[in-house]
Amino acid sequence: MPSFVMTEKCDGCKGQEKTACMYICPNDLMKLDRDRMKAFNQEVEQCWECYNCVKICPQQAIEIRGYQDFIPLGGNVIPMRGSDSIMWTVKFRNGSLKRFKFPIRTTAEGSVDPYKGKPEPDFNTLKKPGFFNLASVKSIK
Amino acid sequence: MELETCTFSYCQRPEIVEIETDILLIGGGMANCGAAFEAARWATPKGIKVTLVDKAAMDRSGAVAMGLSAINTYMGENDPADYVKYVRGDLMGITREDLVYDVGRHVDDSVHLFEEWGLPVWKRADDGHTMDGAQPAKKLAEGGKPVRSGKWQIMINGESYKVIVAEAAKKALEYNRQGTGQEQNLYERVFIVKLLPDPKIANRVAAAVGFSVRENKAYVFKAKCMLLAAGGAVNCFRPRSVAEGQGRAWYPVWNAGSTYAMAAQMGAELVLMENRFVPARFKDGYGPVGAWFLFFKAKATNALGEDYCVTHFESTKAKYGKYCSDPHKLGTAIRNHMMMLDMKAGKGPILMNTHNAMAELGKTMDAKQIKHLEAEAWEDFLDMCIGQAGVWAGYNIDPSKTPSEIMPTEPYLLGSHAGCAGIWVSGPDDLGAPKEWNWGYNRMSTVKGLFTAGDGVGASGHKFSSGSHAEGRIAAKAMVALCLDEPNYKPTLSKSIDELAGEIYLPFEIYEKYKNYSTDPATNPYYIRPKMLQARLQKIMDEYVGGVSTWYMTSKTMLEKGLEQLVMLKEDSLKMAAADLHELMRCWENYHRIWAGESHARHILFREDSRYPGYYYRGDFDLVDDTNWKCFTISKFNLKTQQWELSKRDYVQLIPD
Repeated sequence: MPSFVMTEKCDGCKGQEKTACMYICPNDLMKLDRDRMKAFNQEVEQCWECYNCVKICPQQAIEIRGYQDFIPLGGNVIPMRGSDSIMWTVKFRNGSLKRFKFPIRTTAEGSVDPYKGKPEPDFNTLKKPGFFNLASVKSIK
Repeated sequence: MELETCTFSYCQRPEIVEIETDILLIGGGMANCGAAFEAARWATPKGIKVTLVDKAAMDRSGAVAMGLSAINTYMGENDPADYVKYVRGDLMGITREDLVYDVGRHVDDSVHLFEEWGLPVWKRADDGHTMDGAQPAKKLAEGGKPVRSGKWQIMINGESYKVIVAEAAKKALEYNRQGTGQEQNLYERVFIVKLLPDPKIANRVAAAVGFSVRENKAYVFKAKCMLLAAGGAVNCFRPRSVAEGQGRAWYPVWNAGSTYAMAAQMGAELVLMENRFVPARFKDGYGPVGAWFLFFKAKATNALGEDYCVTHFESTKAKYGKYCSDPHKLGTAIRNHMMMLDMKAGKGPILMNTHNAMAELGKTMDAKQIKHLEAEAWEDFLDMCIGQAGVWAGYNIDPSKTPSEIMPTEPYLLGSHAGCAGIWVSGPDDLGAPKEWNWGYNRMSTVKGLFTAGDGVGASGHKFSSGSHAEGRIAAKAMVALCLDEPNYKPTLSKSIDELAGEIYLPFEIYEKYKNYSTDPATNPYYIRPKMLQARLQKIMDEYVGGVSTWYMTSKTMLEKGLEQLVMLKEDSLKMAAADLHELMRCWENYHRIWAGESHARHILFREDSRYPGYYYRGDFDLVDDTNWKCFTISKFNLKTQQWELSKRDYVQLIPD
């Protein structure tokens, strides 16, 4: 399902050097048309439908429309990603709707302190199995 | 054909950025997120610099970019020795048991960290019901009970899995950057395309070169050692969907075989590159089936309601013997084999009977529990394969009422999921493995200083996301050890900076030189654009190397014809052309795919049995031949002769049956 950008809603991230969708797309697909200040998907047949552009767009200007080589028209799947959960709306071709909400993280975004409360590395164990915070591991009996 | 060179006569010369570091991490997926976390902790107090380069943005790069609904490798109460037995069974008897065991004994620590950093992990309440990961419960490390969807899998709310793991890795890199006084040590949107040998020391990697996909800059990273973990290979084979649906690859479409290609070009040994993974997934959307099979207890049947794993059991047992001896422990390849027997007999479509499974589960549940169950089923897609939810929405499929088609996909090359293609690496020295399997540093390839993890490590599948993270950490420690052992080593470039920039930018030079020859630059006799390079590769691989169009069937004669064409395609890749940076990225990705595909074809040609029935068949050796072929297959691209050399290496069983 390639992503598409709705003309009315996209503001080109207000003329910044790169748009949010350009920043996040894992496959470098989103591109800013500087003449119109609108983003677009430059290579739709390489879109993995990962929805990262949809989730990150500050204007909610991006949606996904089903790959037309195997999906009939009319359905769509729309996320609203918050800081601790995500809401999904699944609209079927026949018009029926389903809504789901799932947690996405249990800590505040940006709050990870990777080495807090963790031991200093013990260089005597560097060439042994284990990690800096895991002194002993199993061995084959 | 005349050889093209780039002297920047036609295209603009990029700015060249040279960076000297100690430990270079190539790729920003799970393996290198683990490596960054572990390496920074050991390296920083010793002044060792750690640098990471990612083709995309680390928050959403690699195979976990979309999220995951389960962590497929978590030991918990299980013994890593049993994990080895499971992996060995699923991979048709041949694995590096030292590497698999090593992942098993380390992996839980990574999973505990993920939960500590904020990943919601489902828990089993005392009364048996499932709680999502946001509900208050003991963490796994404190004795909390995970919700197992299988013996090795645990359920998560994993929409933000990669974001969380990347956050820890980025913080670790920042800790190292500050501690070692580097200006910058995280480079996003920089694509590494070639590794360089050290001209002063035989068989040692010294540098990695690439370019920014966003600005006119080429990069040269010199390093004492590097961890090449840039994923597996997707889209080497013609996919079943060839229009816009080809983006809906089962594995991430941006995994271009860069790991295997760059290692092979350095002369590193590859192992079991004949292995591939052909997942049976929901048709077209390629949504996951694991939770449906394992968690919801759904059954797959042919269209007549027959269970092909039952009806074909005896005949398959007669053919494959011990690899099809226990109907409750059928390997993934064997199950594919039996499914395809029915498909070829016209008994398709093959159906996942979701409706029967939901009805069965509903018998013991109240309305609220059923609603919860339905949400769990949808979450399985929405966390990791949203497109499958789109397929269901488009076709009005309600899984509680309608079964869904499943289908074997096009082949994928990978080493971390249920496949074991990859690089031959040194293993741990304390597990009783043969001495030749250990030459000093854990997870180092046969090229000094070149390490790998995740999809890069061959003969050690079923690591998945958590195992890849743990393996990156194992490799990182070994790399720190190498840096401490060799404080005086200084990497040297084998080519001038200008030469290197010219090689990388050659597709620009070619395009600019010839583009005006024709009125439409898309069609021009002097070059090949990356889309066509990919299409030709996919056609060759599909038709000669056992893709979907021949039902995964090939043979010596077919492979030889395919390789003839692949060699010419490789020659043509010297004429690849790019109009912009995005296309330059595609050029180099497809160049890597050609190398990955070629190594795959050469391995299948070398191995004279059909080791992975259901994944591929040699029509001329249609058997699993344990007498002659229960061994590793090794390939090495000889840099002097520019020829591939293939050989056998003994498989040794470390864990008894």
